[in-house]
Amino acid sequence: MRGFEYLKPATLAEAVAALSGGDEAAALAGGHTLLPAMKSGLRAPDRLVDLAGVPGLAGVSEEGARVRIGAMTRHAALARDAIVAGRLPSLAAAAGMVGDPAVRARGTLGGALANNDPAADYPAALLALDGEVETDRRRIAADDFIQGMFATALEEGELIVAVRFRPAARAAYAKFRHPVSRYAMAGVHVARYAEGVRVGVTGLGQGAFRWSEAEEALAADFAPGAVAGLRPDTDMATGDIHASAEYRCHLAGLMLAQAVTEASA
Amino acid sequence: MAITVNGAARDAAGVPPATLLVEWLRDHLGLTGTHVGCDTSQCGACTVLLDGEAVKACTMLVAQAEGSSVTTIEGLAAPDGALHPMQAAFSAHHGLQCGFCTPGMIMAAVGMVGRLGHALDAATIRHELEGNLCRCTGYLNIVTAIEHGARGMRDAGL
Repeated sequence: MRGFEYLKPATLAEAVAALSGGDEAAALAGGHTLLPAMKSGLRAPDRLVDLAGVPGLAGVSEEGARVRIGAMTRHAALARDAIVAGRLPSLAAAAGMVGDPAVRARGTLGGALANNDPAADYPAALLALDGEVETDRRRIAADDFIQGMFATALEEGELIVAVRFRPAARAAYAKFRHPVSRYAMAGVHVARYAEGVRVGVTGLGQGAFRWSEAEEALAADFAPGAVAGLRPDTDMATGDIHASAEYRCHLAGLMLAQAVTEASA
Repeated sequence: MAITVNGAARDAAGVPPATLLVEWLRDHLGLTGTHVGCDTSQCGACTVLLDGEAVKACTMLVAQAEGSSVTTIEGLAAPDGALHPMQAAFSAHHGLQCGFCTPGMIMAAVGMVGRLGHALDAATIRHELEGNLCRCTGYLNIVTAIEHGARGMRDAGL
């Protein structure tokens, strides 16, 4: 790993200021994507700004119709949080499916969303659960935040502070995991609200997206039969050594049916 | 930069920022029981306890452990050399072949008991071991060892 300057600011303002310095400054949350990327040479920041010293970035609270989850909340804490379990059970389930127990002990919600890996679990949750990303300077709706693989609406040096999810009447997440990396080969997050249904898909290779055909079919009839045989367009998927685009779309169809079945139970 | 390692205060001052926790443990402190297998956060051979929670020491900077308490495989046995109940169970049930993954398995197992309690069934153990890879054993004896090790920890008040 190449050398870098390590800073551990004590306030959010200091962290934001620290990120504007250096040729390439990077924010360090749980480090479970950034550090492997640095070890393999994919990333070589000259300054790391560790967010662990900034108070108030972790934790869960209820805010009216939404649940606010701090960006530095770790996957394991999110998965076992009582408020999340009660109001956002499908998000708790998704958090419990990230990586493995040791990864979940360190990785964070905000770090994962800022990275927006095309096979990560939270981007689909953000889209399905009508998430709103709170940063150091503004609030960004899920549909605006997610912009394709590894791309988000975040500006240079902009930090996620928290995410506000909107509990659904019924929701579930089904994931077909890659057996080694534990990332999604296909993951489908379904959420049914009074005014309609939101479906977030991840793992197909081009970044998380909302699956509008599935949303429309489920709005008319929220049952597995309503989406039987439905598959995303293969244009939405990318094939690789692990699975072809067609197979990923097939898996997405199965995960959709599984999520709807679970959400209906 | 104060870090407690196996109960003793250690100072990581002057260590380059790019130093991983596992590098510091092995190369600076000589605690080579923590192994580096894949070095890509997947195999779990480098698992240590950070404030009681199992983490991968290859995916943390030593700087991130500042103020924390780290326990490695060397810190489990009693000062007189008596094995920790989880180590004893791995020995008694032969939960290893080549032994390379074993320190990580044992630390993950101790972390598992810390999180989930002493009554662990085989299915839970198998699920919880998803981040620890063994290329020799087929896991059967590892799972048996952890079941017994968890009970041993209960009996020892751990």
